[in-house]
Amino acid sequence: MSAVAEEIPLSERGPAPTRVVVSFGFWLFLLSDIVIFSGLFAAYAVLAQRTAGGPTGAQLFDLKHVFLETCCLLVSSFTCGLCVLAMERRKRTMIYVWAAVTFVLGLSFISLELSEFIGMFSRGINPTRSAFLSAFFGLVGTHGIHVTAGLCWLAVMMAQIVTLGLQPKVAQRLLCFSLFWHALDLVWIGVFTIVYLGAHP
Amino acid sequence: MNSNATLHHSEEAPGAPPDADPVTNLQSYVLGFGFAIVLTLASFGAAVMHWVWAPGLPVLLAVLAIAQMGVHLVFFMHVSSSPDAVNTVLALAFGIFVVGLVVFGSMIIMANLNDYMMPMEQLLQMQR
Repeated sequence: MSAVAEEIPLSERGPAPTRVVVSFGFWLFLLSDIVIFSGLFAAYAVLAQRTAGGPTGAQLFDLKHVFLETCCLLVSSFTCGLCVLAMERRKRTMIYVWAAVTFVLGLSFISLELSEFIGMFSRGINPTRSAFLSAFFGLVGTHGIHVTAGLCWLAVMMAQIVTLGLQPKVAQRLLCFSLFWHALDLVWIGVFTIVYLGAHP
Repeated sequence: MNSNATLHHSEEAPGAPPDADPVTNLQSYVLGFGFAIVLTLASFGAAVMHWVWAPGLPVLLAVLAIAQMGVHLVFFMHVSSSPDAVNTVLALAFGIFVVGLVVFGSMIIMANLNDYMMPMEQLLQMQR
């Protein structure tokens, strides 16, 4: 592959194809998004012990709940990969099936997270209670908003495949979506390790 | 998949399944999924069942998390070390550098400030 390419000097190869440029641009967006998360992680790491007499992480978090959330997101990441493979093979039915599974799993993740938050709010545990809780809701909430945005994006992608078919443009967008979805799972690994398992006594 | 494109451009698009053979691609996803499950179970198991000496637990959790992030990057996001993907890897390296700077920099600075800060009771005394 690269043996052929090496015969043409780099300066004479012209601009990279759109496929590469778009993917690389999206890759840079993902990295900058992860830098945003790193700021929230830093805030959490600094403020985790500042509970101002309020509840601590060990008292609040239910690891069974978190384990279920983790499973939902991990399996949805896998099915999202299968959806991309179905797209590469041009198998429309399988694209819809795996996209639907991904969507349902992502929705279960969000519902689990919302139920956790609502349970906390009903007990008067909200971001204004302590610096620890501000950092917690800031970090986990931002991740939740990202997942919600991802679900909207997935729904739009399915609508585009129905209306526009599997054009290269649509395929490119679905590929970007899969990258985004995997990146969210990557961030979640940090969240469950640092926030939830880190607080476990 | 992209034999025509590679004739003139040796770059690889980030995130695209690299192999022309769909079976190999499927194997990559299944293998990555298997690794990810094992590492997730190990993380939760180590934290809940106290498999290791308690002060060493954060180190084990960090190792397992970094390993799982690596698995996701390689098997799901198809980051490879091939010369065709050098831009992707360089951008990733810079991203990791900034993340490390922000997280560990904040932690070190705040710990340092805490060390130099006057105890709260003394501070309140002085304000009277």
